[in-house]
Amino acid sequence: MLGIRKEFPGIVANDDITLQVREGEIHAILGENGAGKSTLMSILFGLYHADKGTIRVRGKEVSIKSPNDAFDLGIGMVHQHFQLVHNFTVAENIIMGKEGGFVYDIRKASRKIKEISERYGLSIEPDMVIEDITVGMQQRVEILKMLYRDADILIFDEPTAVLTPQEIDELMQIMRNLASEGKSIILITHKLSEIKAVADRCTIIRRGRLVDVVSVPDTSVETMAAAMVGRPVSFKVEKAPCHPGKPILEIDHLSVMNSKKVLGVKDFSLSVHAGEIVGIAGVDGNGQSELVEAITGLRKAEAGSIIFRGKDITSLAIADRNSMGMGHIPEDRQKRGLILSETLAANMVIKRFTEEPFSHHGMLDYPAIREYSEAIIERFDVRSGEGSDSLAGKLSGGNQQKAIIGREITADPDLLIAVQPTRGLDVGAIEFIHKQLVDERDRGKAVLLISFELDEIFNLSDRIAVISGGELIDIVDTASTDEHAVGLMMAGVRKGDSV
Amino acid sequence: MRRNDTIRRPLEARKASPLLVSLSAVILGIVAGCFFILCIGKNPFIGFERILFGALSNVRRIGNTLGMSTQLILIGLSVAFAFKTGLFNIGASGQMLVGGLSGSILAFYLPMDMPRVIYLPIIIVASMAAGALWGFISGLLKAKFNVHEVVSTIMLNWIAYWITYDFIPRFIIDPTISVKSKPIEAVHTLRAAWLTDLTQFSTMNYGFFLAILMCVIVAFILNKTTLGFNLKAVGSNRFCAEYAGIKVNRSIIISMAIAGALAGLGGLTYFCGYSNIMEMGKMPNEGYDGIAVALLGNCSPIGIFFSAIFFGILKMGRGSLAATGIPTEIADTIIATIIYFTATNVILASFWTGIFRKSFHKKEEQAAAAMARNGDGRDISELDRKELNSLAREGKRLGRGKEEV
Repeated sequence: MLGIRKEFPGIVANDDITLQVREGEIHAILGENGAGKSTLMSILFGLYHADKGTIRVRGKEVSIKSPNDAFDLGIGMVHQHFQLVHNFTVAENIIMGKEGGFVYDIRKASRKIKEISERYGLSIEPDMVIEDITVGMQQRVEILKMLYRDADILIFDEPTAVLTPQEIDELMQIMRNLASEGKSIILITHKLSEIKAVADRCTIIRRGRLVDVVSVPDTSVETMAAAMVGRPVSFKVEKAPCHPGKPILEIDHLSVMNSKKVLGVKDFSLSVHAGEIVGIAGVDGNGQSELVEAITGLRKAEAGSIIFRGKDITSLAIADRNSMGMGHIPEDRQKRGLILSETLAANMVIKRFTEEPFSHHGMLDYPAIREYSEAIIERFDVRSGEGSDSLAGKLSGGNQQKAIIGREITADPDLLIAVQPTRGLDVGAIEFIHKQLVDERDRGKAVLLISFELDEIFNLSDRIAVISGGELIDIVDTASTDEHAVGLMMAGVRKGDSV
Repeated sequence: MRRNDTIRRPLEARKASPLLVSLSAVILGIVAGCFFILCIGKNPFIGFERILFGALSNVRRIGNTLGMSTQLILIGLSVAFAFKTGLFNIGASGQMLVGGLSGSILAFYLPMDMPRVIYLPIIIVASMAAGALWGFISGLLKAKFNVHEVVSTIMLNWIAYWITYDFIPRFIIDPTISVKSKPIEAVHTLRAAWLTDLTQFSTMNYGFFLAILMCVIVAFILNKTTLGFNLKAVGSNRFCAEYAGIKVNRSIIISMAIAGALAGLGGLTYFCGYSNIMEMGKMPNEGYDGIAVALLGNCSPIGIFFSAIFFGILKMGRGSLAATGIPTEIADTIIATIIYFTATNVILASFWTGIFRKSFHKKEEQAAAAMARNGDGRDISELDRKELNSLAREGKRLGRGKEEV
């Protein structure tokens, strides 16, 4: 891809970006959120058209108008969200859309799938049904799908977000196998450790412009991070030893139904003390959302109790929990965290607009609301076009998140529940948010952190509770464990089980 | 720590405003109307002249137009209010019927010599309460049993329809014409002698002022009160509202009840002001017209006021079309076309935004040309709007000069 330029109304998403991927290489694309990685890949995949620039595949200039053109050129993409039919077998999923005509030969397809699977070490059986296999295997089915269609260039879009550490290692190995067989791999990620582990070269993009193309083995992680953000960044969160106080939140034998009306959280017990950060480690979809929703009152508890500051709040209204001093940084900032069509000022008082000084006798006091919102914007460095008057939807993801965190911390809660507080954010914003959470802890507040990123859990938590299949596997001190042990527990292996 | 690198917004092309979008819809509707009139071989200008003549040519006609607009304003407000909470009130017709029915029954049974200062508030409150009850039922069904409000309000329309069908003969029948209620005496309607005199016996009544008052009250509730904040939060993002501890179900019920009350009042102005009888087996169309009014008015009280008057003009003026041989249905066609274009407001908005962007880019190019000639080394994004405009004019002259050479 040479000199690619793409403009959207108001912004230049890609400005003269050149990306050259060699045969048999793993090429990472590194960039902050909104740097233009996805736009570039969408252009390669035929979802957008470049305003300027050319795309060449194997030296020949091509025009990619749709994903089908991309397929024909041997370009395949493994999406972040798998596109599989759950009650179909692996083989059926793979040939779907490919095998035209009225009659298809599933046995022939199965043979081919098996052959590919063995060749690249994917260990996938063609007649397994998707819903019976793990997430990691589902991802490998996605990879198989591309290989089955003879893709030579494979794009991986944030492939490790849904995997356990062990599965990530396996994926890395598969990528190496693919590369050694002559496939070219483009890896889009913001996790520097993965790039370091597997990539040969790395193209770094910042604000739509190409910053550098580096050879990964010769470049340190710090250098790459600095190039991505534009300034040096620190990875380790500085924090003093914790001094836990009295228990703030006590969860006792809690069971919660999930949306499918089966128990999503089973007999879960955990306590969080003042002045400590407890991290809940687990792979996405193992009951974390249900647990948080039960604590915050968004979901009914089936059994068990939740004690907050010594009071049973199991069936208390959300507003009462909020006013008792529970802060919640929700998992989905755009769905739950903010009203995107409202101003920042309105969003900053969304939990408190009925309180003085924001309203008197049912009448809103706009100057007071604005003053409060300006203070949050100032303190948490929320950048927006028009300050308090900006619509929340116009802010970048990082600034939306800073606004939410600012709102929750400014309300001075005794317990702060932070769910995926840095998801999709760039290194600079992550650093800032981590510091805020540690500060809260140091001020004697209880922090419950839920994250799918083990690094984040290890960096911040004083204790780690591991959840798998809705059950508490174990609670361990961060200092006395390592990622491998926690990774095994995340897969549901209890201490004492033979592996 | 004060940040001195506060982001200065670079100049941007303007965005299409809701007013512009609504006006474009109106103009497109009128253009479509012209086209249809041309198709049947008549002069469209005569057609529109007739509509305006029929609606506005003398005080009585203006009075009738405002009398017609009264319920359109109130129903428009009702639909818009529910819409702000994310609810679609299709039940304004039923709410009008129960509102009008309570007003008519009270008008029939309350003593004629009752002072109007006491009588009028009674029927106003009664009609609003009846409408509110109707809205409340829909809200309750939605909140408790997740019955979609479109379904329940339509059902309630028919319940109101049959109750009216039953109650007219039971309580307020006109014995001489057995399908209508007995006409209400003028003193027991919302009509005022001074208004009737002023507008030479038009249908205009106190309802018009009530409608204006309601515009003000609705605007006040939505913009200034915690209740409005609450309801808008639920309407804009109920997941966030729920997360923030707002009682979503309660908000839905309150919003539907208020919307119902507004429509109930609309029913009163319609049946005990604009007209003075209720007919059996007639569902008032105004309940549906109100949806169009709210759409065209962009759900803002001031917008609704003007769009209701506009629809009032079309509705009152179409009667005069007949004399020219143009079918009166043309007026309805225009209304329908306008609704269609308002419903596709996204297309209209992106059309205008696209035009603004093009002209902005052209301006930027012209300004850049002017700056290049003046040896101005600044980046174009550093200019403010005034500078950009004057430089663009300069650049334009420059470009023209070149062509002449």
